[in-house]
Amino acid sequence: MAFTLGFHIILASLGVALPAMMLIANYRGLRHDDPDAIALAKRWSKAVAVTFAVGAVTGTVLSFEFGLLWPAFTGRFGQVFGVLFAIEGVFFFLEAIFIAIYIFGWRYLSPWAHFWSGVPVVISGLGGAFSVVAVNAWMNQPQGFSPTSGKVTSVDPWKVIFNPAVPYEVPHMILAAYLVTGFLVASIYAVGMLRGRRDRIHRLGLLIPLTVACIATPIQFAVGDTAARAIAKDQPVKFAAMECVQQTHTHVTEYIFGRCTADGVKGGIGIPGLDSFLVGWSTSTQVTGLDSVPPDERPPANTMLHWAFDTMVGICTALIALGAWFGFVWWRKRDIPQTTWFLRACALSGIASIVALEAGWIVTEVGRQPWIVYRVMRTSDAVTHANGIWITFSLVLAIYAVLGAILIVVLRAMSKRWRSDSGVDDEVPYGPDTDVPPVAAR
Amino acid sequence: MTLANAVAVVLVVGVTMYAVFGGADFGAGLWSLLAGGGESGRRPRALIDWAIGPVWEANHVWLIFVLVVLWTGFPSAFEAIFSTLFIPLSLAAFGIVLRGSGFAFQHSARRPGGQALATTVFGAASVLTPFFLGTVVGAVAGGRVPVGNANGDFVTSWVNPLSLVTGALFVATGAYLASVFLVSDARRAGTPDLERYFSDRALVAAVVTGALAAGGLVALHADARAVFDGLKSDALPLVIVSAVCGVAVLVLLRRGAQRGARVLAAGAVVSVIWGWAVAQHPQILPPSLTVADAAAPSATLKAVLIVFGIAVVVVLPALGLLYTLVQRNLVEETTQPAPPEGSLR
Ligand code: HDD
Ligand code: HEM
Ligand code: HEM
Repeated sequence: MAFTLGFHIILASLGVALPAMMLIANYRGLRHDDPDAIALAKRWSKAVAVTFAVGAVTGTVLSFEFGLLWPAFTGRFGQVFGVLFAIEGVFFFLEAIFIAIYIFGWRYLSPWAHFWSGVPVVISGLGGAFSVVAVNAWMNQPQGFSPTSGKVTSVDPWKVIFNPAVPYEVPHMILAAYLVTGFLVASIYAVGMLRGRRDRIHRLGLLIPLTVACIATPIQFAVGDTAARAIAKDQPVKFAAMECVQQTHTHVTEYIFGRCTADGVKGGIGIPGLDSFLVGWSTSTQVTGLDSVPPDERPPANTMLHWAFDTMVGICTALIALGAWFGFVWWRKRDIPQTTWFLRACALSGIASIVALEAGWIVTEVGRQPWIVYRVMRTSDAVTHANGIWITFSLVLAIYAVLGAILIVVLRAMSKRWRSDSGVDDEVPYGPDTDVPPVAAR
Repeated sequence: MTLANAVAVVLVVGVTMYAVFGGADFGAGLWSLLAGGGESGRRPRALIDWAIGPVWEANHVWLIFVLVVLWTGFPSAFEAIFSTLFIPLSLAAFGIVLRGSGFAFQHSARRPGGQALATTVFGAASVLTPFFLGTVVGAVAGGRVPVGNANGDFVTSWVNPLSLVTGALFVATGAYLASVFLVSDARRAGTPDLERYFSDRALVAAVVTGALAAGGLVALHADARAVFDGLKSDALPLVIVSAVCGVAVLVLLRRGAQRGARVLAAGAVVSVIWGWAVAQHPQILPPSLTVADAAAPSATLKAVLIVFGIAVVVVLPALGLLYTLVQRNLVEETTQPAPPEGSLR
C-alpha cells in the first residue's frame, strides 16, 4: 500500500497541478496572441493525458487495495470515511470527462470555449485532492463516529469531513502538488536550456511553472510550520518521534539530523531551546516526549522519521532560496537568470521537490504508527487474514515498476519528438492528432 | 423504500453502468485481440481505437464508484468479499493495470513488435478482467462468501460451475455489446465493410451469450436455489424483457436496421442485471447477510444518497456533453479509419 501510494501520489500531484499550468499557457496564448504559449499548452495537455491515464489505473488499484490489504479497516470504518471517497468519485468523474473534452477538443472547439472546458479540470483536481487528503487527515484525527470500540453505530459526516487535521493537511498537500509540478516541469526545460536549447519555447516553458512553484513555496513553509505546531498539540507522539524527544520537558533542543537513540540524539547540529520555542514561541514551553506512552504505542524507525522531516524542511528552505534568486533577478532585469548555476539549480529542483513530497508522507504515515486510525485502531488489527496476499502484492510491485518505466519512456519520447519538431505532431495515447483531416467536413 | 434499499439501488445503478459501458470496452478489447495481426486486423482495430478512445477513461470510473458505494454503504459485505475472494479480485486488478498500460502504450510504441505486444496485452487483459469479476459475482450469488475477515474458502468459493459460467457470461456479454455498438460506430465512420464485419460478429456473440445465460440458469438451479426461485417469481418480468430484447436485436441485425439495435442490446443486459438484483433481494450476501443488516448507520446512507444526487445533477450532463461531442465527431483522438479501397466516398 505504501509503495502504491508513494507512486500514485506523484501522478496525483501532476494530475492536480499540471492542468493549471496548461491553462495558464493557454490563457497567455489566447490573450497575447502568443503561438509559443499555445504550443506549450498543447504539449502539456498531452502530458496531462498520459499522467491521467496512468493515474487512473494506479488509483483503481488503490481502491482494490483497500479491500485486499485492509479489509478489517474498511469493514469497520468504510462507513465513516467512505463518503469522502464518494465525493472524490464525483470530482474524478468530472475531471476525466473534461480532460477528454479538452484534449480531444483542440481542433474543433472555438478557442475560448476550449479554454473554458479546461477550467472544470482544475477545479475538480482541487476537490479530489481535498476529499482524499481529508480521509488521511481523519485517520490522523479521527472523530465523528461512535462508539470508538466495536461496531460503529452512528456517524456524523460533517465532523468526519471537517476533522481538525483538514485545515493544515489539505492546503499543505495541494500546495505540494503545485510546487512539485511546477519545479518538475521547470526542471525539464532547464535541462533543455543547459543543453543549449535557449529558444523562446524553452524559456517560456521554464518561466510559467517556475513562477507558480516559487509563489507556492513560501506559503508551503508557513503552512507546514502551522502543521508542525498543530501536531505537537494533537499528535504529540508523532511530533516527539519527528524531533527525537525522549522525555517530556521544557527547553528542548532542536536537532538538525543526527541519530535518535534511547538516551538522546547522537551527532547532528543541536540548537538549545529552539524546539520548545518553535512549539510555543518560548523556550520554556513543555514538549511531550516519547516516554508519555508505553513503548508499544511509539512509532518505529525514529531516526528515519527525523531525517524525513528534516529533509522536507531543508528542501523547502533551499527552494525558497531558489525562488528568491529568481525573484531578485526578475525584479532587476525582467528576465530569467541566465547563469548556468541557476539553470542547474532549477534542474535539480524537480527531483528535490519529489523527495520532499515522499519525505512528508513518510512523516505523516510512519509517524502515526502503530495506529492506522490514531488511538482507535491498530494497523495490525486492520490487515487481511488471507495469507498469500504477498504473492499478489509482489505482482503489483512488478507491474508498477514496468508502468513507471514505460511512463518515463513515453514522456521522453514525446519530448524528443517535440525537439526534432517536424511540424507534424505525433500520435500519443489520447493525444490530439493534428494531421487528421477534419471529419466535420465530410 | 428504506435508506438501505435506496443505497442498494444506487449500487446496482453503478453495476449497470459499468456492465454496459465498461463491459463494451472490455468486449472491444476482445475483438481487437481476435481481429488478428497483419493488414486484415488493422482496419477493425483502427475503428475500435477510434470509437473507445475518448470515452474509456470515463467508463472506467464506474468500477471505482461501485467499490466506494459498497464499502461505504455495506462495509461488512465489502470486507467479506475482498478478503475471501482476494485471488480473483487481485487478478482483476492486475488485469486492469495491464489493460490500461496496453491501451495507452499501443499508440506510442514505435516499433511494430512493441505495438503488437501492447495490443495483445490489451486484448488478453480485456478478457481476463471481466472473467474474474464475473467469478466474484457468481461466488456471491452462490452463497460462498461468509461474513468476516477471510472466512470463506479461497479457492472453491470462485472455482465452481456457477462462478465459471458467470465469468464466461461476463466476457461474452461485453463482446456482444461491443460488437453491436461497433456496428453503429462503423456506420458513423462511413465504413460499410466494417459495419458488416461487426454485424456478423454480433450475431455470433448474441448466440453465445444466450447459450451461456441458459447455462447460468442451470447452474443457478443447482447451486443457488433461492436466486433461481427469485428469477422465476419476482424477477420474471425482467427476465422476459431481457429475452425479448435479445431476440429483437438479432432480428434488427439480420435486417441491417439503422437504429434501435444499440438500445435494445443494452436493454437486454440491463434487465438481466436488475433481474438478478431483484431475485437476490433482500440478501446482499446470500444465504444470511441482508441489505438491512449490512447497511451503514443512517447518516452515512443519507450522505451517500446526497452525493449520488449531486453526481446525477452534475456528472450526467457533463457525461452527456462528452458523448454528444463524440457522436458529432467534435472530439476525437486517433485517426478515423478510412473508407474501404475503391469506395466512392
Ligand atoms: C513538496 C513538498 C513539501 C514541502 C516543500 C514541505 N512539505 Fe511538509 N509535507 C508534504 C510535502 C511538503 C506532504 C508530502 O504533502 C505532506 C504529507 C501529508 C500531507 O498532508 O503533506 C507533508 C506533511 C508534513 C507534516 C506532517 C503532517 C501530518 O502528519 O499531518 C509536517 C509537520 C510538515 N509537512 C511540515 C513541513 C514544513 C515545516 C515544511 C517547510 C519548511 C514543509 N513541510 C515543506
Ligand atoms: C489518502 C491517503 C492515504 C491513505 C488513506 C493511507 C493509508 C494508509 C494505511 C491504511 C496505512 C497502514 C498500513 C501500513 O502500515 O502500510 C498506511 C501506512 C503507510 N503509508 Fe499511507 N496512506 C495514504 C497516503 C500515503 C502516501 C501518499 C504515502 C507515500 C509515500 C504513504 C506511505 C505510507 C507508509 C510508508 C506507510 C507505512 C508505515 C509503517 O507501517 O511504518 N501513505 N497508509
Ligand atoms: C493523498 C492522496 C491522493 C491524492 C492527492 C490523489 C489524487 C488523485 C488525482 C488528482 C487523480 C486523478 C488522476 C490524475 O490526474 O493523475 C487520482 C486518481 C485516482 N485516485 Fe487518487 N489520490 C490520492 C490517494 C488516493 C487513494 C488513497 C485512493 C484510494 C481509493 C485513490 C483513488 C484514486 C482513483 C480511483 C483514481 C482514478 C480516478 C479516475 O479515473 O479519474 N487515490 N488521484
